[in-house]
Amino acid sequence: MTAGTRIANGPARTRGADGGPLAPYRVLDLAGHPGWLCGRLLGDLGGDVVKIEPPGGDDGRRLGPFYRDMPENGLPWFAYNANKRGITLDIGAARGRELLRRLARRADFLIETYRPGYLDAHGIGYAALREANPRIVVTSITPFGQTGPYARYHGSDLVAAAMSGFMSLVGEPGRPPLRVSLPQAPMWAGMHAAAGTLVAHHAREATGRGQHVDVSTQAALLWALANAPAYWSLGRTDLHRGGTRIVGRSTSGAAMGAIYRCRDGHINFILYGGEAGQRSNEGMVRWMTALGEAPEWLRRKDWSAFHVAAATQGEVDEVERPFAEFLRRRTKAEFAAASLAYGILGYPVADAHDIRSDEHLAARSFWQAVEHPERDATVTYPGPFACFSATPLRIRRRAPGIGEHNEEIYRGELELSADELGRLRRERVI
Amino acid sequence: MSGGRPAASALADLHVVEFGGFAAGPTVGKHLGEHGATVVRVESRSRPDGFRVHYPPYKDNVPGLNRTGTFALFNDSKLGVTLNLKHPRALAVANRLAAWADVLIENFVPGVMARNGLSYEAVRRVNSGVVYLSSCNMGQTGPKAAQRGFGSQLTSQSGFTFLAGEPDGDPMLLFGPYIDFVAVGFGLVAVLAALDHRRRTGEGQHIDLSQYECGLQFIAPALLEYGVNGRVVTRMGNRSPHAAPHGAYPCRGTDRWCVIAVRSEEEWRAFCAAAGRPAWAADERFATLAARKANESALDALVAEWTARHGARDVMETLQAAGVRAGVVNRLSDLFSDPQLRHRQVWCDLEHPELGRFYYEAPPFILSETPAALYRSPLLGEHNVAVYRDILGFGDEEIAGLAADGVIE
Repeated sequence: MTAGTRIANGPARTRGADGGPLAPYRVLDLAGHPGWLCGRLLGDLGGDVVKIEPPGGDDGRRLGPFYRDMPENGLPWFAYNANKRGITLDIGAARGRELLRRLARRADFLIETYRPGYLDAHGIGYAALREANPRIVVTSITPFGQTGPYARYHGSDLVAAAMSGFMSLVGEPGRPPLRVSLPQAPMWAGMHAAAGTLVAHHAREATGRGQHVDVSTQAALLWALANAPAYWSLGRTDLHRGGTRIVGRSTSGAAMGAIYRCRDGHINFILYGGEAGQRSNEGMVRWMTALGEAPEWLRRKDWSAFHVAAATQGEVDEVERPFAEFLRRRTKAEFAAASLAYGILGYPVADAHDIRSDEHLAARSFWQAVEHPERDATVTYPGPFACFSATPLRIRRRAPGIGEHNEEIYRGELELSADELGRLRRERVI
Repeated sequence: MSGGRPAASALADLHVVEFGGFAAGPTVGKHLGEHGATVVRVESRSRPDGFRVHYPPYKDNVPGLNRTGTFALFNDSKLGVTLNLKHPRALAVANRLAAWADVLIENFVPGVMARNGLSYEAVRRVNSGVVYLSSCNMGQTGPKAAQRGFGSQLTSQSGFTFLAGEPDGDPMLLFGPYIDFVAVGFGLVAVLAALDHRRRTGEGQHIDLSQYECGLQFIAPALLEYGVNGRVVTRMGNRSPHAAPHGAYPCRGTDRWCVIAVRSEEEWRAFCAAAGRPAWAADERFATLAARKANESALDALVAEWTARHGARDVMETLQAAGVRAGVVNRLSDLFSDPQLRHRQVWCDLEHPELGRFYYEAPPFILSETPAALYRSPLLGEHNVAVYRDILGFGDEEIAGLAADGVIE
């Protein structure tokens, strides 16, 4: 990466040596955990992402689980801060803010997760940064957005899962609504933030003017509800969580089984309608027949006459009973093989072990070995999110250590002297 | 955001054509359309989008091609045309669309586009700079590439459902095709990045987006935990290793809940004060996070006893005023009156000829200079003339002929 020379001369617009479709661009990433993924994605796409942490490091480094149980080595930090360089800067100090403005003058993007109004109050909000650099796109990721009645509310993954409505649709009926045990809201927010940032970028490349992108985590997670909002729009219907069953699929209000127990865990199999569903249901019966476990009436069933979208609960239950008994005697691996062989729609309920052992991912070279020289180790990471034919994505660097690139950026790019850098360190600005 | 185009649209110069159906492909096009791209959705009368046919909800619970809410929600802000890709003369028409487009989006099972003469290699011959997004369950290559599947199930293969549920209970379904919308976000990011590369270099490309691999990005810490430490992360209800109390607590009313998340000691003291239970702050069972985790069931019972006396909104407002993370578990019905979502104009209430007033969903990001503008979803084949004649330049007789022969059907 030759960003050092590039940034001193203003943004270049040629393809960087490192490739990636966004190679020419510089990203300043001030985001905490609720927005890490945004910078990670721009980094995966080749962007030169500089993570700016407060002196002492991002609090999110201390979120577990941890690399070999070493605190300060959080695996979420590793996962979502790869492909970033890292510097420290105290933006609470006047000198720190001045340095941020200098960095912003030469940056294409800035991502932040401070409470609404915080950066403005310190003279480094979008309005001020635009003065310094009219081209800059500033992306703000907050629990509820920059303005509005809940803009000042405190958020978290759990709060977003609740207020987006997502939790109301997850969990057993009559039991507490549930979130996913691994935080998901920061992922939805970070992903949509990257999308919004690139929409603004597209406009900027036409007009020369940047803009402010205001991302709401609550609204981002709303997309996890899939088509549920349509039920309210059309029928003023309030769907309720179905536990292991899928709701909202039949005009009769019937719920279909989705997560079935098997010998070594669970299997996701759902009765579908349409052509695809018919083929799948027939495939399931053929598999049962091959093992001599399909009752006579099931073998004779005409699936083209079975309309899931209109089926009653009684019809659904009758059909599902032999499936449930059959699947209870199978394993996840047997189902995975049979789903391919018989064209059955469904997958095992996979855990990390199942996923790590999936030969399909290995065949696609999904996993990527990343060097961690500071640990004298190589760690296997899930690879980037897509395969680009002309500008392949890869993990070029592990997440940075605290202030790892201070010299590179402050001396090499901002051309501070050794004395100045020493003073900033003594004053704990860096 | 009432359906009119703002003066400035971020993507107004973009042309997009979509083949495929259901959620993962078409919703990418929706997001491009709402920021001004001209998006043409290709279906046919013999093969309409599956969501038009066998997926509730329907208007008045009566099925019909233009009566389904699910299709509407994922297909606003685009034009709808029909073209029977199985017809021998369809390819010439499809190629005109492909030549016009900056972006082609497809989410068929791998191989279908090639069988229709529309593989990336084939399209590149009529449009060398095309950005071609293929989104499918398992990716374009690999031993399971040809496997068909729906997102409600792929959500299990990519580890999400295993992580939802009580520790001693079954995994929970995440309502529906959760992972499709993960792939939608990544697809949007991928297309926009590839367009930037094209703008600078003239080079288009093929993007192979595996929805499975997209989903794995969202559980990356669990995959690292297994790889590095050999441990399988499991479901833990609503609990968190970093906070206590941390859960959904029952409130006044039927099936009403409020979530509470207390991380620091400062937040714990603020919580006890706001709840009017200063004695809890002095109770040594709850004196530190470690102590609260060790006595979490007792703690949860006490918190639930307090919340049950109050409405969920009151609990949220009381705790938020004290700086404690809390939120109402909104039901579907609550989302449309949620003051914050209304403030952001997330719901765009637009008139549709067969659905009546329908709430379309604006994106979760608001651009200060070029905000999104949504217009209603198309009826099947509604824009055949607008697209074939006005955009592609077919003559009226030519269009009539193609329609009579079942090419445009």
